[in-house]
Amino acid sequence: MDMNRRQFFKVCGVGLGASSLAALGMAPPPAYAETIRHFKLANTRETRNTCPYCSVGCGLIMYSRGDGAKNVVQEIVHIEGDADHPVNRGTLCPKGAGLLDFVHSPNRLKYPEVREAGSNEWKRVSWDEALGRIATLMKADRDANFVTHNANGQTVNRWLSTGFLAASASSNEAGYITHKVVRSLGMLAFDNQARV
Amino acid sequence: MASQDITARSATTTPMPQVRQVGEVAKLIDTSKCIGCKACQVACSEWNELRAEVGHNVGVYDNPNDLGADSWTLIRFAEYENPASGNLEWLIRKDGCMHCADPGCLKACPSPGAIVKYANGIVDFNQDKCIGCGYCISGCPFDVPRLSQKDHKAYKCTLCSDRVAVGLEPACVKTCPTGAIVFGSKQDMQMHAAERIEDLKERGFAQAGLYDPAGVGGTHVMYVLHHADQPSLYAGLPEAPAISPLVELWKGVTKPLALLAMGAAVLAGFFHYVRVGPNRVDEEPDPGEPTVHQVDPSVHVVDPNKQP
Repeated sequence: MDMNRRQFFKVCGVGLGASSLAALGMAPPPAYAETIRHFKLANTRETRNTCPYCSVGCGLIMYSRGDGAKNVVQEIVHIEGDADHPVNRGTLCPKGAGLLDFVHSPNRLKYPEVREAGSNEWKRVSWDEALGRIATLMKADRDANFVTHNANGQTVNRWLSTGFLAASASSNEAGYITHKVVRSLGMLAFDNQARV
Repeated sequence: MASQDITARSATTTPMPQVRQVGEVAKLIDTSKCIGCKACQVACSEWNELRAEVGHNVGVYDNPNDLGADSWTLIRFAEYENPASGNLEWLIRKDGCMHCADPGCLKACPSPGAIVKYANGIVDFNQDKCIGCGYCISGCPFDVPRLSQKDHKAYKCTLCSDRVAVGLEPACVKTCPTGAIVFGSKQDMQMHAAERIEDLKERGFAQAGLYDPAGVGGTHVMYVLHHADQPSLYAGLPEAPAISPLVELWKGVTKPLALLAMGAAVLAGFFHYVRVGPNRVDEEPDPGEPTVHQVDPSVHVVDPNKQP
């Protein structure tokens, strides 16, 4: 044994000092803030909308990041049901609950496209081009195939060669106008994407 | 102080704050109202920003096939042919963390603060402090936590503690289209369940009841079951869940004894060092064997090849 009395007191002194420092709080303290899960919707912008899927037309709140300042690109970070909406009162089905991925889907259609007859490629067109093309083709088809009288000579004024598919989640007003436009042209085949 | 008081913290012996009176919350899942639409699964993955890998269909409706580090809740489908009525019953249960009042995961966890229990009853994992040992999985009577293959940390349902802290309901509760999942104080949920059970009994489910197992001190996620006498019908819901006795043995007996033994070993080492000192090699060179082998001249070597 090499330790003499003086060395023994040194060892004891150092040990006592170190443990006292630790006990007095010199050891790194645990961080309490990290036990809190931060609420991710704080300071997001809320926008009301209607679910685009089916004819139930559930109300949504879309939460987006960014306060709309000039140098910020807003991005939708969360979508959930609108508790104030009388249709769904905050609930959503699995499709509606997953709308965030629908919004951000890389396959999402964002502009009108046309595939010409005989072509296998979709080509981007402007809205004006698309609407003009639809109107031209509808008029040509209606002029060619509009039926004014049936075999018995009764007036029917119907147009059977074109159909119309409308949105199912429209408001009553939009649905009323759509109905009037389609029926006033004499179109009979008229439906909506009530279930997608 | 955290916005929610913590009443239990893994591997910690210091007392937790107890002064504030916080009511216990509970989520009630009514299996008789669930249609298995999985909106809760989608809402959970959306709120918690989890996107599990697309899996494979193994011939059942369960999708994904099992809970995972990125699938914290799962609708499990079970078919049951009722011998009494002859009906085929489709029993659908939303699986996930039960938020036990006496959580086995917390008891088994060796990492301080990796698992906490809030005063409102929510049991939450703190992945920053998780060491990935997986003891919480063996400690859980319901087999809920899962280790991630990405970061080797354990994950499970948080009961949306971030939403509950600001007065919102968990994401699965909000989205449920049939109202099969409801949320409120534990007492209110028990009362709501009692009404549902009465209704189910009137409709011919005589064994309808509440699943709030006492073996884990009650849970903060409770089920209304049509067949409360046979919970195992619902895709293996445990009949009498309890923390494994091995966890109690390890944490209750073995760990303190082992800590005592370790402390005693250190102390004994210190006193041995002080009293006896280290073993020292003698510094005087050992004469030992000489490096060159000396042949004893009295020994004759017989060489048969040597010519005389």
